[in-house]
Amino acid sequence: MTDAAELQARTRALLAAHPPATTDRTEFLRARFDAGLAWVHYPAGLGGLDAPRALQAVVDAELAAAGAQDNDPRRIGIGLGMAAPTLLAYGSDEVKSRFLKPLWTGEEVWCQLFSEPGAGSDLAALGTRAVRDEATGDWIVDGQKVWTSSAHTARWAILIARTDPEQPKHRGITYFVCDMTDPGVEVRPLRQITGEAEFNEVFLTGVRIPDAHRLGEVGDGWRVAQTTLMNERVSIGGARIPREGGMIGKAAGVWRDRPDLRTHALHRRLLDLWVDAEVARLTGERLRQQLVAGQPGPEGSAMKLGFARLNQAISGLEVELLADEGLLYGDWTMVRPDLVDFTGRDAGYRYLRSKGNSIEGGTTEVLLNIVAERVLGLPPEPRNDKDVPWKDLAR
Amino acid sequence: MTRQPDLLYSDTEDDLRAAVRSLLADRADPQAVLGRIEEPSPYLPGLWEALAGGIGAAGLLVPEKLGGQGASHREAAVVLEELGRAVTPAPYLTSSVVATETLLALAADSGPAADLLAALASGERVAVLALPFSTAPRKPGDPERRVPAVADAVAADVLLVPRPDGLYAVDAADAAVTRQSSLDLTRPLAVVDTRDATGVRLAGTEAGRAAVRRGLLAGAGLLASEQLGLAEWCLEETVRHTKERYQFNRPVGSFQALKHRMAHLWLDVVGARAAARAAADALAAGAIDAELTVSVAQAYCSGVAVRAAEECVQLHGGIGMTWEHPAHLALKRAKADQLALGSTGHHQDTIATLTDLPSPS
Repeated sequence: MTDAAELQARTRALLAAHPPATTDRTEFLRARFDAGLAWVHYPAGLGGLDAPRALQAVVDAELAAAGAQDNDPRRIGIGLGMAAPTLLAYGSDEVKSRFLKPLWTGEEVWCQLFSEPGAGSDLAALGTRAVRDEATGDWIVDGQKVWTSSAHTARWAILIARTDPEQPKHRGITYFVCDMTDPGVEVRPLRQITGEAEFNEVFLTGVRIPDAHRLGEVGDGWRVAQTTLMNERVSIGGARIPREGGMIGKAAGVWRDRPDLRTHALHRRLLDLWVDAEVARLTGERLRQQLVAGQPGPEGSAMKLGFARLNQAISGLEVELLADEGLLYGDWTMVRPDLVDFTGRDAGYRYLRSKGNSIEGGTTEVLLNIVAERVLGLPPEPRNDKDVPWKDLAR
Repeated sequence: MTRQPDLLYSDTEDDLRAAVRSLLADRADPQAVLGRIEEPSPYLPGLWEALAGGIGAAGLLVPEKLGGQGASHREAAVVLEELGRAVTPAPYLTSSVVATETLLALAADSGPAADLLAALASGERVAVLALPFSTAPRKPGDPERRVPAVADAVAADVLLVPRPDGLYAVDAADAAVTRQSSLDLTRPLAVVDTRDATGVRLAGTEAGRAAVRRGLLAGAGLLASEQLGLAEWCLEETVRHTKERYQFNRPVGSFQALKHRMAHLWLDVVGARAAARAAADALAAGAIDAELTVSVAQAYCSGVAVRAAEECVQLHGGIGMTWEHPAHLALKRAKADQLALGSTGHHQDTIATLTDLPSPS
């Protein structure tokens, strides 16, 4: 069993062999992966040491103190948070050793080809087809995906596609790893409400995927996708933020700096939201403590729902608070950013971008149903799509 | 750097919760509480002795050398969660928290204050602070000799009376305590008149005022846990009811309009738990930001408890409007608690001051 002292010693050995100040970032990250200090709870040989997940903090603290560069987790969040746990759970040995290292070092960026124009909240209704080429065993994929962040920088994608339209919608899906450099893959920027194109549309035309890049059994893709989606929720709440660390800090800063803009009505709303933001911070801290103590609770869903509402309310207040300045907007130029930067932009951007927080990663309405049914145990909605073949569903 | 509070429950706290919950299930179930609320005293016979003395809950905040359990606000908060769940008529918040903490602030190792603490810790005697229940920690105001809306005064043996020249302990038998008809039937209010009573002087003016503020601060902080427990009960009962109640050939809990309301309430309760735990932990640790953390908990949990009780009444339908169903006990307690120990507005004003977010000049 690997303990904290041993991890500390291993980390120090890594730092001694590869001093961060004089070592190339990628080279350092590769060495860290090989030392099993990338994600300590992963298996040995795959970036980890089979150690308790909580002990990652020991490694991270040592590395931060030594000024070592990280793998920029925000930029490769889909790979780290969603692709990696799924590859680990369902990939063959070859697949795991081929993909996990460059994924973790950030040398290969991943994206997620799940949502479609007709399958957002109802993800299992997806219509992208994967048909087996009986001669080679490869799969031929045709269809369209949407809301794909990082598609324009990604080397690989996790993909779900329909392999049996005769089955009810949850049963005819299969899960693949898709090569984004394949000639059949076309990525088009999707310009959004903010003016920029943070997401993409992805068109798949005759894309050939070898059967070795299938994760899980044929027709079992929905279950595999649950691993991906569950890990998406678990990854929330990991980071500690200080008081006023989120958007509320921006609004509070404007209030302090600009006494001329203060009104009583805005004051009341600001204090309401300050309290809500502080409670959300404490809720996140409690969730983090539960995870560390090995008692994960369902509070992750609360975090996602709460942050969406808060971000929208606070950024709306900030635009109003700014009065004449709130009438302005920084820049409408169409750009394709690598990541969402909420606090580095102006209030108008925050207001518009935060509208997506209650839609992306599961709409608030769908997540409320999930909370009601899975957390509170309330009876399910009556459904008329469960036992009907996908091809017979209304679309 | 913000201090990181411990927001979980320890094994000891879980054991204490189990003991209190089991006692209340035995001795203070909703029917028992409902059966007493129109009696001259709503307090259940024998319950206080079992809770305060038997389980030792009354002395949690009191050090062992003064006759208490030497525990902390974290444990007392767990007791209050359970008392809130059951809307128990017991002078716990008023005597074992507010009055006890006021006396503890005097830091007396012997003499009348220490003797009284020991008697409160064992549950032998009950003391309440002779101030209106709505008094906020920051602004106790000028004490009057005739004080309305004193919570649990009818159960008190001793009244802690702030006077211009200091803090006094007055024997309740020497004072005029007149019960008022209160919104919350389980925590009766009374007018307390101590004009004709002398009492024992426990502290001078400044020390007395500081002690009262500390008592009120602890009370406000731990009231959040009572509100959390109450909100949790309301949510659980509402979920249970809507799973069992059929209308339109379906359990009403399967309708999305109702499910979303209960899911929203769950989100509120999750937040209330973090806020209430943070307040209890900050009080226990004597944290530098305890006053802010208490006001955040109060500003948040008051609203959650009221919302939970209001939803409980509404989603129970007609049953929720009846005297026989305990939902109204929770609603009355929640609404009264919203005003207790400082309204939401009072606590928001405190937050504005402490965080440098001043109101418009």
